Amino acid sequence: MNSVILSAATVLLKPLLTFISLFVLLRGHNEPGGGFVGGLIAASAFVLQAIAHGVPPARRSLRVRPRLLIAGGLLTAAASGLISVAMGAPFMTGQTYALPVLGWKLSTALLFDIGVYLVVMGAVLHIIFTLVEDAP
Amino acid sequence: MTLLLISPILIPLITAALCLLVWRRPVWQRWLGTAGAFALLSASGLLLKLVWDRGIQAEQMGSWPAPFGITLVADLFSAVMIVLAGLTGAAVFVYSHGNIDRFRESFGYYPLMHLLLMGVCGAFLTGDVFNLYVWFEVMLISSFVLLALGGERGQIEGAFKYVTLNLVSSGFFLAAVGLLYSVAGTLNMADLAVKLRETSNPPLITALAMLFLVAFGIKAAVFPLFFWLPASYHTPPVAVSAMFAGLLTKVGVYALIRVFTLLFVQDPAYTHRLILVISGLTMLTGVLGAMSQNEFRRVLSFHIVSQIGYMIMGLGLFTRLALAASVFYIIHHIIVKTNLFLVAGIVHRHTGTMELKRLGGFYESRPLLALLFLVPALSLAGVPPLSGFFAKFFLVKGGLAIEQYWIVAVSLFVSILTLFSMIKIWAEVFWKPASEPEQAVSSRARSLWAPVAALAAITVFIGVGVEPVFRLSDAAAVQMLNPEEYIRVVLGGNR
Amino acid sequence: MTLVLALTIGLLYGAAMYMIIRRSIVKLVFGLVLLSHAANLLIFTVGGLTRDHPPLAPEQAALPHPPAVADPLPQALILTAIVISFGVLAFVLALVRRTVASAGTDDLDDLRTTEQ
Repeated sequence: MNSVILSAATVLLKPLLTFISLFVLLRGHNEPGGGFVGGLIAASAFVLQAIAHGVPPARRSLRVRPRLLIAGGLLTAAASGLISVAMGAPFMTGQTYALPVLGWKLSTALLFDIGVYLVVMGAVLHIIFTLVEDAP
Repeated sequence: MTLLLISPILIPLITAALCLLVWRRPVWQRWLGTAGAFALLSASGLLLKLVWDRGIQAEQMGSWPAPFGITLVADLFSAVMIVLAGLTGAAVFVYSHGNIDRFRESFGYYPLMHLLLMGVCGAFLTGDVFNLYVWFEVMLISSFVLLALGGERGQIEGAFKYVTLNLVSSGFFLAAVGLLYSVAGTLNMADLAVKLRETSNPPLITALAMLFLVAFGIKAAVFPLFFWLPASYHTPPVAVSAMFAGLLTKVGVYALIRVFTLLFVQDPAYTHRLILVISGLTMLTGVLGAMSQNEFRRVLSFHIVSQIGYMIMGLGLFTRLALAASVFYIIHHIIVKTNLFLVAGIVHRHTGTMELKRLGGFYESRPLLALLFLVPALSLAGVPPLSGFFAKFFLVKGGLAIEQYWIVAVSLFVSILTLFSMIKIWAEVFWKPASEPEQAVSSRARSLWAPVAALAAITVFIGVGVEPVFRLSDAAAVQMLNPEEYIRVVLGGNR
Repeated sequence: MTLVLALTIGLLYGAAMYMIIRRSIVKLVFGLVLLSHAANLLIFTVGGLTRDHPPLAPEQAALPHPPAVADPLPQALILTAIVISFGVLAFVLALVRRTVASAGTDDLDDLRTTEQ
């Protein structure tokens, strides 16, 4: 698609969307948000670029292949569940680890959400890139 | 033991993810996939042993107590089904070494197969109705893609019919789940079992049961909802259709047996009677369809339909003996049917066709293959002393015990027709002289034989050592007919 | 409100069934989409309708009286179902494209090679 406005807006919107997606991902721990929505927003950033500039630039700026994102996400999610098994609790029981600085906490729930984020982003991009490239 | 219960889901998941990581190297994927399938098989064996030794196992995901969280439950029936899934998976993966072409390998055949196995095992393990829906969808999405992968015209058309009917079924299933939730306020199967037994409105529950019957009936391919199966199962490569034939419809049967023993037992005089009538019609239409076909895999596909009838016949009779016979029948059928498809694949490899008219001469040129076909074929028809004979024997005994003579008559009649149909394949493919020269066979074909021989050996073994297998099926049936232990294990101290 | 939703669900189911029995593949796919929408709306409606009380509330917020807070479970079920139908739909669309490309038609009556 050759639209100057869309292509100019994409340059601004893409980093913004990526940033928002991370914000939504982290916010999801206690409030509405989370990996799924975050992943969709992140995917929409690259889909926007694919619409404005074509799929090859979007693929290039993603750097990794979407299916690697899916694989990484699946493994991350599985690992987040297995951490609790290693600690003797049932699969996927939430575990938190308090960092010694700033009172921050790391949790397996966040790790799982990151996995979801990667899977959703990878799956959506894989589907849309393939459909667009396949188009006549 | 928490890891063992979750491993039938985790092993295929991790294997699929690892296969995605080495996307560019199909050979690595092939070996990874095979290793994963064998890991699944051994984990499932351990799980069965655990359930056999210590009774039903349950695990609350994320420590959320039932009925609020998702529960994984393995009773004997689930554990047996998972072992069968592992066995089919392992056999098909070994077979894939010689059967799957480079193109399919490089477009995700192995990860998809493992996602399929994950969906199947998840459906067997879950103790939550909505979760069952999710696993069904995981299974269906991967099976859609496997069916269409390769993009030959027949495949695409078959996939389309398969997709449509299965999506309609999913729609019904989803609506039924929603209505069930509104009636009972819970979706945990053990909790539902308690609440539905105390229900104040049995007719409403029976109406819901019918919705589930239609949804699972489509997936299990029972009369009159089976038309998608013979239209699609013969189109993909043999390894894929063997996996589908052996495992996929049986997930529908599993779901039927599960919900109609655990949840919907309010009005067995109506619901189970209906299932019994359906089972008779399914047997009959399936075998009649098979007799009119002249393509190897289409004949076998119609036989799947016919055999599904036998499996739910035990559910329809709804006694301990009949239910045990159903479980026994499923064990026997999965092994035999997978094997028949694999044999069809070897025949195809040597001749390049599946048309019975163009085949012939295999008894002369490959007597071993003829023997390996005869074992599952005669077992399917119910010739002693193979596994199928005992499966039918127990079913008939169960039918006679409660004086349902007509269904016994139908099942015996159908088994004669099955024998006739198997003899037709035997005569066309093996006995009559070859009509066309054989094709050259590449060396990879050797891996086709190992799983066929192994499955045939298991068929003979089940026939000879019928006692322990039947004891296992009987124990599974007792667990299903007395859900108190299931409910106690899942809900723990909450009730 | 329930009546309106019930009628809408009926309409969606009717439309879905009508589209599914059409001969065109594309219309059939639309029928399948409508079918999943109908099922989702059905779950939402039979799960009980509540107004103005979302299932998430800030900590220590006063609970409404009587406590008629929306049930989050039907919504979670619907969300999951939507995600799944999104995935399936993406696949079905790709399949439709392939079908039309390989068979050269979108008429279901012409897709008979697997029946012979």
